[in-house]
Amino acid sequence: MTELQRMSRIPAVLLAVLGLVLMLAASPLAAQEATDPVASEQEGAAPDAVMEETQQGAVVEEPAVETAPAALTIDQKVDQVFASSTGWFVSLIFAPLPGTSFPWIVLWLVVGATVFTLYFRFIQFRAFGHAISLVRGDYSDPNDAGEVSHFQALATALSGTVGLGNIAGVAVAVGIGGPGATFWMILAGLMGMASKFTECTLGVKYRNEYEDGTVSGGPMYYMVKGFRERGLAGGGIMAIVFSIFCILGSFGGGNMFQANQAHAQLSGILGDYPGWITGVIFAAIVFAVIVGGIKSIARVTEKVVPFMGILYVGTALLIIAINYHQIGWAFSQIFAGAFTGLGVAGGLVGALIQGFKRAAFSNEAGVGSAAIAHSAVRTKEPVTEGVVSLLEPFIDTVVICTMTALVITISGVQQIDPETGLFILNDAGMIATTGDVQGVQLTSAAFATGLSWFPYVLAIAVILFAFSTMISWSYYGLKAWTYLFGEGKTTELVFKLLFCFFVIVGAAAQLGAVIDFSDAMIFAMAVVNIIALYCLLPIVRREVNSYFDRLRSGEIRKFGAHAAAE
Amino acid sequence: MTRILVGLDGSAPGERALAHGKMLASLIGDCELILVYVIEWSPYEFHTPQELDERHKRREEELAQAHAHILEPARKATEAEGFKVETVVRHGDPVSILEELAVARGAAQIVIGRTGHRGMRERLFGGVSGKLIATASVPVTIIPETGADQ
Repeated sequence: MTELQRMSRIPAVLLAVLGLVLMLAASPLAAQEATDPVASEQEGAAPDAVMEETQQGAVVEEPAVETAPAALTIDQKVDQVFASSTGWFVSLIFAPLPGTSFPWIVLWLVVGATVFTLYFRFIQFRAFGHAISLVRGDYSDPNDAGEVSHFQALATALSGTVGLGNIAGVAVAVGIGGPGATFWMILAGLMGMASKFTECTLGVKYRNEYEDGTVSGGPMYYMVKGFRERGLAGGGIMAIVFSIFCILGSFGGGNMFQANQAHAQLSGILGDYPGWITGVIFAAIVFAVIVGGIKSIARVTEKVVPFMGILYVGTALLIIAINYHQIGWAFSQIFAGAFTGLGVAGGLVGALIQGFKRAAFSNEAGVGSAAIAHSAVRTKEPVTEGVVSLLEPFIDTVVICTMTALVITISGVQQIDPETGLFILNDAGMIATTGDVQGVQLTSAAFATGLSWFPYVLAIAVILFAFSTMISWSYYGLKAWTYLFGEGKTTELVFKLLFCFFVIVGAAAQLGAVIDFSDAMIFAMAVVNIIALYCLLPIVRREVNSYFDRLRSGEIRKFGAHAAAE
Repeated sequence: MTRILVGLDGSAPGERALAHGKMLASLIGDCELILVYVIEWSPYEFHTPQELDERHKRREEELAQAHAHILEPARKATEAEGFKVETVVRHGDPVSILEELAVARGAAQIVIGRTGHRGMRERLFGGVSGKLIATASVPVTIIPETGADQ
């Protein structure tokens, strides 16, 4: 990009920021009634709901509201002010469709995924085998050894999405929607693969490669360059809006929320202690990695995280194996629940909403974050990275989330009325469980039925997942930040320091409204991103046709082992 | 023409391997020495996103350094003594790279030096030399430490 282009962009950035701030400040009234989108969504079924589900799916207990205003802490004041100025945006993003409790943003993501699935004629099934072949390196030029491999790009992107949502979020979905939610979750996960394919292909195609060999990619780049190529207007503005959402989302859902939940886990093991201690320790480690460039820490985490993921799935399979006589029953529960609800709040629709929501929230397909993560791969063919990326929702949702759901179902911790075969609901409209647990505790209790010590491993896994998600989102946020303010040591440092600061804030404070807002930002990214994807579909189709033609004709071939040394 | 593959590692064991290779080459006469330096790397390692986006740049730096500090000085010194020399630098697993190169270039044998210190990992899983002996399809010569090195 030339200096001139960057200069001309600055006023637009300022305008967009100003506009956003004005919008937020303008309507404090609208916010009063609906600061909590999910609670309002559950109102129909569960007027007394005390649980609040966030994007990542953790269950946060509403702090008891102290009535005396004098008792308000600084946190609570900040939270109040924030809630009253941004609540309307949150409720807009998570607003239910008229007459239902179905959030429109979930429909937006599912419709997008369906359109991409049909447009690319079920690419997620047609190219699945090819995706595995690419990840194994069959098509990698041995002379490119030492460059970023498909496997590395996939693993790094995955460590950003696998997290609390897979463990706690699924428990919330199954807790409200019953085992039937699993069916819809898997279906939405399979569809989401096509969204990932589309955005990651574009991410690689339109990335910027700089003279020093570094790359920057993501929705902001395909919005600008792709729209220009198609002769469409508005790409520049969309890129700016997307970047703003992405930065705010990286501070919130990708950071404060993670720090907050990691602290909740730690204090669950170690006993209650002030959150700022966790915050400072986490911030110091994040600082060491993203500012200090201490690779050893990152390397350890990046090694432990996949290990934890495999351990998690392995343990789940073990528990399922122990209860092998229940497997048939569990699947019949999932299918029956998917179409009848088996007595859950909202019946079929209740199960469907929970399943779709969980899949959409967990694998981030359509949000645009993956397009940033996958851009670093070394390949001449953008389609290859798109194909590889479609494995991401598969692993995240279809494998890992499903394991959680299966273990919860099979463990029998959810109570069933022996006479009717339907689930017993508690006062909050969730399925009653042995020990009355929900959220991450439900997952924990389900695993503990097989292995009593597993909750400790789970707690460690959650903390590590939280950390790796923070590292990934620090990068997504940074790319959006440098897109707006230009690449350079100083501007990057400003962002990284801000990011570390928000780690402490997130762990120390109970800022429900702040976290709601940043969750909303992550989904706002999907609004802009999916519009851009629709506009750029013909370009992706051209790439896809060209690539698969050459693959069929044998022009693109596997590299044999001995070709390596030529 | 006979070709001999010599593994360099920028330290004494590599020097010993090169010395042995030169000795063989002068005995054979019409012989080319292929000096190989392998930068250990795996496509299955995990990295942070930040590391991934700098990867291409780092790779170029690693290659330039390998040439500047290890292969070029060795080539100059060896050519000055009248030998035919080719240099190769690769990222990957040393054992499979050496084996693949030996096959591709039709090398008569591979010469590498044995490192003196053996860590826990090498004791358990075997070092490069152990694995190469077990898998190579051409003769392998391992040059042990001599009194002079210690």
